[in-house]
Amino acid sequence: MSLSKIKFDKKIVLSFWIILIALIIAAPTILPVFRLNLLGRYLSLSIVALGVDLIWGYTGLLSLGQGIFFALGGYCAAMYLQITSSSEFPNNIPEFFALYGVEKLPFFWEPFRSPVFTFFAIWIIPALVAGLIGFLVFRNRIKGVYFSILTQASLLVFFNFFNGQQKLINGTNGLKTDVTQLFGQMVGSESMQRLFFWITAFLVIAAWFFAKWVVKGRFGNILIGIRDDEPRVRFTGYNPVIFKTIIFSIAGGLAGISGALYTVQSGIVSPQFMTVPFSIEMVIWVAVGGRGTLLGAILGAVFINYAKSLVSEALPASWMFIQGGLFILVVTALPEGVLGWIQGDGPRNLLQRFGLKRKIETYPSLEVNNKEGNNE
Amino acid sequence: MNNKDLLNLIDITVSFEGFLALNKLNLNLKKGELRAVIGPNGAGKTTFLDVITGKVKPTNGEVIFKGKSLVGRKEHKIARLGVGRKFQSPRIFENLTVKENLEISVTTPKSPLNLINKSIKDEQLNEIDRLMKIVNLAQKVDSKAGSLSHGQKQWLEIAMLVGQKPDLMLVDEPVAGLTDEETDLTADLLKSLSGENTVVVIDHDMEFIRRLDSNVSVLNQGTVLCEGTMETIQKDKKVIDVYLGRPED
Repeated sequence: MSLSKIKFDKKIVLSFWIILIALIIAAPTILPVFRLNLLGRYLSLSIVALGVDLIWGYTGLLSLGQGIFFALGGYCAAMYLQITSSSEFPNNIPEFFALYGVEKLPFFWEPFRSPVFTFFAIWIIPALVAGLIGFLVFRNRIKGVYFSILTQASLLVFFNFFNGQQKLINGTNGLKTDVTQLFGQMVGSESMQRLFFWITAFLVIAAWFFAKWVVKGRFGNILIGIRDDEPRVRFTGYNPVIFKTIIFSIAGGLAGISGALYTVQSGIVSPQFMTVPFSIEMVIWVAVGGRGTLLGAILGAVFINYAKSLVSEALPASWMFIQGGLFILVVTALPEGVLGWIQGDGPRNLLQRFGLKRKIETYPSLEVNNKEGNNE
Repeated sequence: MNNKDLLNLIDITVSFEGFLALNKLNLNLKKGELRAVIGPNGAGKTTFLDVITGKVKPTNGEVIFKGKSLVGRKEHKIARLGVGRKFQSPRIFENLTVKENLEISVTTPKSPLNLINKSIKDEQLNEIDRLMKIVNLAQKVDSKAGSLSHGQKQWLEIAMLVGQKPDLMLVDEPVAGLTDEETDLTADLLKSLSGENTVVVIDHDMEFIRRLDSNVSVLNQGTVLCEGTMETIQKDKKVIDVYLGRPED
């Protein structure tokens, strides 16, 4: 039974990859630019969802503050674009500074004149901030619901701070990237958006492999151990604080990359990225897609957001009900999420219930047991 | 206290908001010794393990292990110094396989870098094979630990404890919920571990303790009431009063 199952899985995996790559290659020609741009944005959101899956699905840390790191990545990218495109403006600094009487680029934005620095800042700065917040929280053994509340409170602190800083980051208006230049082209132009789509698609796959590499083997097992029984991990001689800090920091870095890609494709970064509902939505994508499955996080982020835009076009104002309903459905009927349900015995049980499939005679592990016992 | 002692508990007092869970407890363990600890409910048996493993900080007193004080050290540091613990109800990682559970316990060093970079060493894999044979779980290698029977879980946790290669093994109620046959096997296993390792067993099951054939410490109201062989203990009047009850008339 197990042999045939493995072969079956391999075929599925192979065809999945062929379809996926074909879709990515075909998307820019099939989809109108508007839809392609939406897909690109949702794909970039799936990277932050991967991070949520790593910390929540594997390690059991329910963070409601991933918007912080998402927005930080976005601001890094947007400021670089604004600075490089500011040669015509007074003092050669981004236009908005003039509105508030700022004549010199704030010192901490200086390094963002360099594309290389920005490239690293987009993921390293959010990762460092996450690592620092994480370390302080984990060292004090704050966990469970207290951790969630604390991350949400941090989110609000960041939101209010960014909202109020006109002179540094244009406050509540945010930073526009649409009309900035990159490689001599408008960022908002069709060809650039197509390029961003490719980059996003590539980075989603890269992030997925990276996440898979992180959770495979003993490191991932320790994360699961921390989720299921942290004191036991401690008494076995591991320091959970370090493991949690590392994985939280990784999730922060992924959120930063995600935020930067989202920003250049939606044309603006603003404190709206740090609102409470948005960070909660990230958790919902993962919950619906399937916690602890990685692929489920990606699919959840892309499909829920695509559904959101389709539904909002047809029936404005109804999306919130649908999203709420989805979440309730997952919590009550599919606690493992859609992908978790498919990977488990979900479809089989459903078919059984309708009498379309024969029941397994004994509990699977017992069945295997007996066979092995007989061989002895 | 002398040089042969592996562990000394000196005047340990633990107070939970005025309630004395341990009250000036003194206990010394020699290297290679097998020691049983018994006592009525609430005598402080589990708190006694919590103090050694760093889960509870004593209000007063000193814990000396291999010449070093353990008071104030973090749990994982104490574990790395060589104190292993098996919990009262089996605490294994149910979502991992038997093998993965054992990998977690035998892996050294226990740093994130080592875990993510390197694959497990051959000698550690051999150790896992050996452990699985000892506790009769060789056929369950790739089963989820959560699918094991209660007895198998207990044994897996004992195997994990042994895999950690601790100098001091603290075993809390290893035979709770086991069949008679499993209990006997566990007693033999623990006996075979002592000598090389130092083992402290906490239990209620008198038959099991008798089978261990070791020195016994009786705890009552947070302090050591009496120490000696099972025979001496059973004749001790104080012990009979608080714990064993008078022999059936």
